[in-house]
Amino acid sequence: MTNPAPSPAPSLPVSLAANPVLSSWIRFAPDGQVTVSPGKVEIGQGIVTALAQIAADELDVDLGRVQMIRASTAGSPNEGVTSGSLSVQQSGRAIRFACAEIRKIFLAAASDQLGVGIDSLDIRDGTISGPGNISTSYWELAEKISLDRRATPGAVPKPSAKRALAGNSVQRLDIPDKVFALPRFIHDQALPRMLHGRVMRSEMPAARLTAMKEDRARAVAGLVAIVRDGNFAGVVSETEDGAEAALRGLRKGATWAGGETLPDENGLAEWLKAQPAESTMIDRRTASAPAEKQRMIRRQYTRPYLAHASIAPSCAIAQWSGDRVRVWTHSQGVYFLRADLALVLKLPPENITVEHMEGAGCYGHNAADDVALDAVLLAKAAGGRPVRVQWSREDELSHAPFGAAMAIEIEADIDAQGEIVDWRHSIWGNGHTARPGRAAQPALLAATELKTPFPRYIATNPPHANGGGADRNSVPLYDFPSWSIECHRLLTMPIRTSALRTLGAQGNVFAIESFLDELAAERGEDPVAFRLRQLTDERAKDVICAAAKRAKWKPVKQTGRGYGLGFARYKNTGAYCAVIAEVEGAEQISVRRLTIAVDVGEAINPDGVINQIEGGAIQATSWVLKERVRFDRERITSNSWSDYPILRFSEVPDVAVELIQRPDSEPLGAGEAAHGPVTAAIANAVYDALGVRVRHLPITRDSLIAAMESS
Amino acid sequence: MPSVRFRLNGVETDVDADPDSSLLAILRGRLGMTGAHFGCGSGECGACNVIVGDRAVAACDTPLWSVKDKDVTSIEGLGSAEKPHPLQRAFIAEQALQCGYCVSGILMSAAALLMRKPNPSSAEVKAALDRNLCRCGSHNRMVRAVLRAAAEMAAP
Repeated sequence: MTNPAPSPAPSLPVSLAANPVLSSWIRFAPDGQVTVSPGKVEIGQGIVTALAQIAADELDVDLGRVQMIRASTAGSPNEGVTSGSLSVQQSGRAIRFACAEIRKIFLAAASDQLGVGIDSLDIRDGTISGPGNISTSYWELAEKISLDRRATPGAVPKPSAKRALAGNSVQRLDIPDKVFALPRFIHDQALPRMLHGRVMRSEMPAARLTAMKEDRARAVAGLVAIVRDGNFAGVVSETEDGAEAALRGLRKGATWAGGETLPDENGLAEWLKAQPAESTMIDRRTASAPAEKQRMIRRQYTRPYLAHASIAPSCAIAQWSGDRVRVWTHSQGVYFLRADLALVLKLPPENITVEHMEGAGCYGHNAADDVALDAVLLAKAAGGRPVRVQWSREDELSHAPFGAAMAIEIEADIDAQGEIVDWRHSIWGNGHTARPGRAAQPALLAATELKTPFPRYIATNPPHANGGGADRNSVPLYDFPSWSIECHRLLTMPIRTSALRTLGAQGNVFAIESFLDELAAERGEDPVAFRLRQLTDERAKDVICAAAKRAKWKPVKQTGRGYGLGFARYKNTGAYCAVIAEVEGAEQISVRRLTIAVDVGEAINPDGVINQIEGGAIQATSWVLKERVRFDRERITSNSWSDYPILRFSEVPDVAVELIQRPDSEPLGAGEAAHGPVTAAIANAVYDALGVRVRHLPITRDSLIAAMESS
Repeated sequence: MPSVRFRLNGVETDVDADPDSSLLAILRGRLGMTGAHFGCGSGECGACNVIVGDRAVAACDTPLWSVKDKDVTSIEGLGSAEKPHPLQRAFIAEQALQCGYCVSGILMSAAALLMRKPNPSSAEVKAALDRNLCRCGSHNRMVRAVLRAAAEMAAP
């Protein structure tokens, strides 16, 4: 006789394990409300609504009773940073399990009070009722039940079939305020006696401020203070206009020297490959049997530095009280920002309170954290008054971190039948994250400018097990017999880089999917069939088939029009996404239509998922057709919307999204799933239309001509 | 300081300020109306659009003196939660935004279009919004929302 295998001990979801006190997540307010306090923040992705849906569902209360609390170090669970399309997985799972346990605790208490068994109780909109009109409610019982207790493993959330809200599209909770322009953004926050600050920065990175004449700035009405600490300098004024005028005056009196030379933007791949680097073997697969190699194909792909290019310049407010400071920020991680502020200010973290307020979409690590330190430094001179600092458009497009440029080389050994027998993928570039709060040194811009400066934090890559950085999505999902994947992270960083949506996945998926498309074309094999043949994951095949079917693959060829496919599973562990692009044009490419199939497992708010996929697809189209950070040897030159153009209404493709619902699978984030597949699909469609392989992004008139000349 | 008089959302408004001040600075600073958003300061993104007469203009690029005696409509004058403009209802119905920072300017461009052309085509909506930037990629939803509002306004 054999014993059944022991089932693994239940464990808490990761965010709940890190923040186990139930009351830190959920409280029943006396006014019949439920307050839900996630550690993740709204960045325009609709997360607050999805989390409210999960809580309302699990507790059986109307969505209208749920009040979502903004993250603050004053009391929110510490969930690190809102990034990596992990908010539903982490925060959502924690809230679902916390609510399941709370529901059980309240049912047990109601059973005691009403004298009936738990099984005969029912919860409707927070009212717990039993046979014969007996009832109580969460709010009635809340006076006697403390949720200041630790979550225990083993709570059982509702089965998917019993969920009434999660899985259904609901209107986002934040949208009415935004449509009626009610103050919701940090930019619109006015505190009593608030002052305005501006920071002066040199155009050349790491330049020294050798002289600063203050007379012009001092002459501006309303000036409160001129602040200088080494190469960090700024003004504080009674009014925003006054701060701008004083900054202009200060600029005229400033002399800068030195600075770090930038690379040659026209020789970027060569430069990336020539820099000192830390090399890491990301993954290796060895063939079970030796293969007969007939020939080798090598291709190089590049993507440029990309700007986050938020529509709003970054903004923060800070207010000192003695040796304590309160900070309002649109940072993606309030605790991480606090940790870096503590390092710079040499204060215990408890002296610093960091509260989240919404900003514009950030798409990764933009200047949100930098401007918070700027505000804290300027507010020191404000005598306890709050100081609001807002960057200029120019600063936002030149001093905020960029998404890293990448050079990617793929070599494949091909056998006599034209099949891939070995695959080698190498990546060169800066690291894809230099977020605050992760290291013993701060990652905030002003920290490098102080009289006693901190060294510039050189961007790193998250571990591959966590999705990786430059190497994200570099390991093929295709079943090649052998491969090796290598990553070379630069140890110099003249152009500042950090996390931009998808990290390295956009570049790697572009390279892999372009290469496969080229091989399929060479073999004369249909690119859909070629991919399906090499995939074993059924969910991967499903999205490709669904996109192909919806796009009526493959439409009849027309002159000047082309169709291309791109596919990836984000991070190899996240959402599956397949895209078919239809492009048109000869010298100037326009994308007419993107047909997308996506599988995010359980979609909590299906329309929210579709909104994220549509948005990601359009943003990726913008990256592919238009975007490239420009620079000369001294400065970033693409510091206006004219010099860093993004896709406009007249250029936006139609986007059709098919969502494959899997209510019993773990929910996966949607925000970054589309960028890589869209990029590859457009490039492959350009080949289909024009017979030209563009391997260097963006796909512009110039890069098309260059590709034609080199082919 | 000289005073500049104009009608803001139908209300006679006098502002004592440097006539070269931008309308945006006056709205957001002096008048405390934060619906028009600062995006670039050079009329390139449309986040601060307001309607002067029947045209959408970038308030950051509009000097105060130039609106003397004119009708200025800001998002605050377009509608409210209690009395929404059809465009605002349509943007909610279509869930036509992500972060929403650009949306007040886009609503004003769309409102100006519908004043001039109550029944626009999709291409005309795109043309009218072409000077407004949206970074989240909500463009198609916004175009659908404008067409929805136009249809609602045309309905008897």
